Amino acid sequence: MLELRTVTAGYTRGAPVFRDVTLTVAPGEAVGLLGPSGCGKSTLARVAALLHRPDAGTLVVDGTPVRQWRHRAPRERRTAFGVVFQQARLSADPRLTLADLIAEPLRATGRRADAAVRVAELAATAGLTTDLLTRRPHEVSDGQLQRACVARALVLRPRWLVCDEMTAMLDASTTAALVRVVEDYRTATGAGLLAVGHDRVLLDRWCDRTVEWDALTRPRPEAATSGPPGTNKDRRDN
Amino acid sequence: MTGRTPVLSVRGLSVRFLMPGGRGVAAVTDAHFDVAGGECLALIGESGCGKSVLASALLGLLPGNAQTAGAALLGDLDLLAADERTLARTVRGRLVGLVPQSPAAHLTPVRTIRSQLEETVAELTGVRGRTALRAAAEKAAARAAFPADHLDRHPHELSGGLAQRAATALALVGDAPLLLADEPTTGLDRDLVDRTVDELRRHVDTAHDVDKADSADKADSADDADNAENAGNTAGRRDRALLMITHDLAAAERVADRIAVMYAGRIVELTRAADFFGAPGPRHPYSRGLLDALPDRAFTPIPGLPPELGALPGGCAFAARCDRASDACAVQPPLTGTAACHHPHAALTEAADRA
Ligand code: SF4
Repeated sequence: MLELRTVTAGYTRGAPVFRDVTLTVAPGEAVGLLGPSGCGKSTLARVAALLHRPDAGTLVVDGTPVRQWRHRAPRERRTAFGVVFQQARLSADPRLTLADLIAEPLRATGRRADAAVRVAELAATAGLTTDLLTRRPHEVSDGQLQRACVARALVLRPRWLVCDEMTAMLDASTTAALVRVVEDYRTATGAGLLAVGHDRVLLDRWCDRTVEWDALTRPRPEAATSGPPGTNKDRRDN
Repeated sequence: MTGRTPVLSVRGLSVRFLMPGGRGVAAVTDAHFDVAGGECLALIGESGCGKSVLASALLGLLPGNAQTAGAALLGDLDLLAADERTLARTVRGRLVGLVPQSPAAHLTPVRTIRSQLEETVAELTGVRGRTALRAAAEKAAARAAFPADHLDRHPHELSGGLAQRAATALALVGDAPLLLADEPTTGLDRDLVDRTVDELRRHVDTAHDVDKADSADKADSADDADNAENAGNTAGRRDRALLMITHDLAAAERVADRIAVMYAGRIVELTRAADFFGAPGPRHPYSRGLLDALPDRAFTPIPGLPPELGALPGGCAFAARCDRASDACAVQPPLTGTAACHHPHAALTEAADRA
């Protein structure tokens, strides 16, 4: 389980972006988080991916509460997560070739030996042709770069995927292609997904259930993390 | 087609970039289309297909290594042949109003919306004097539904939607006959997308004043303009045209009269929006693929990647991804009827003569 329990987070003490949010993603489940831009859902995605320490509340990953964040988090914890952001250009080191970009998490965790094979495998999965792998980010399109970022997110075979507006800048075909890459991976591995976005049609099609940001942040009793009746596959067992 | 005289007439427009080592990148090849007054044409396609280059060409904003061919006529003026002085003095803002992709980047961060509007009014219209400028700026804001009580704010104090309206207000100041919106909805929420494109549409549906500077010479110009507003498209008014460049098919469906689909630098389909999004649907296999990729349709991606503009294959550039490709596709298909394809999907009326 990936559980956010009454989490409050922000960037300035005393002025949190959101308060007391509780959200659960079951193993293998795909949860869409729908909200307008600027609402704070990206901050939530960062908390869920161990990238931002909350002011209050607990993140529980596979039964263990998280106490350390970002680079301080234990390696096996960090590597359980694959993260994709909206702005591929901001999240990709401009000096790296796409092949090195995809392999980056392998090198960072000392698994260099696997790199060549894994990169070739994932490039094919993500629909990147070999000639693109030697290019740097400025030499490829936004869609091609995002394909590489998705490949990078999968390279360590994470149990949890967090996709923050992964397709907001992409055309319809590239969107469908990348959602398919993520879903094929999840089908093969049983990974859980938190997909944050502002497009209801997309999230409803992609995810098992879609949670509205308003419903999460409104003060409410227990039931508010559920999606609409009938779409909620998440029977919480805690 | 609306049957009205085109505001913009693009004839065989090509843009080629010369790269180091003598390589050429064919960003736009032989584009032909018109946009009529009162009409919205949406130019759609994925990033890197050449549509933004086409927009830059119309505004004279291509980099130095670009070579153009063909013509883009705005009345008698060929935008491709115009020199920088003409572009700066008579085209940008006056003949072509640009609604930018990123209003945040387009607005000056350190100045209020009011001061930017007043400056643009002073630059583009005959209005002079503090009181008159202030009034004209407020009127310009109102036209784009920008709230008057936010005029004294700086761009960073505005929501994405209001920043977009401020940028639209600026684009409308010069009363240009052509509005060019370059990905105006990128990164906006669906509600805001709808509102933004609805507003753009409204400016197409509302006729605009003919050259304010000229009419300002006449003593009773203000009254004339107001009367003309009631009279609709009379002698002193023209219809505005909108060319919207977007990868957002839902936005295009919402406001466009016609759709031009661009793939690998070429317009591969040019047709009525109702036919495209409704029945009989697009005729070009690429257009079909784009629609089928939508999450409220099949959500199926088009296999493969678009070709590099610097290394286009001979023949149809879509062939490697096309399930209808045949030997005939080794020859570049011309745009006949509404689609450039050797084996287009049936159009109900033309199905018989294609068979
Ligand atoms: S010309 Fe041939 S390859 Fe190109 S889109 Fe038509 S059928 Fe497909």
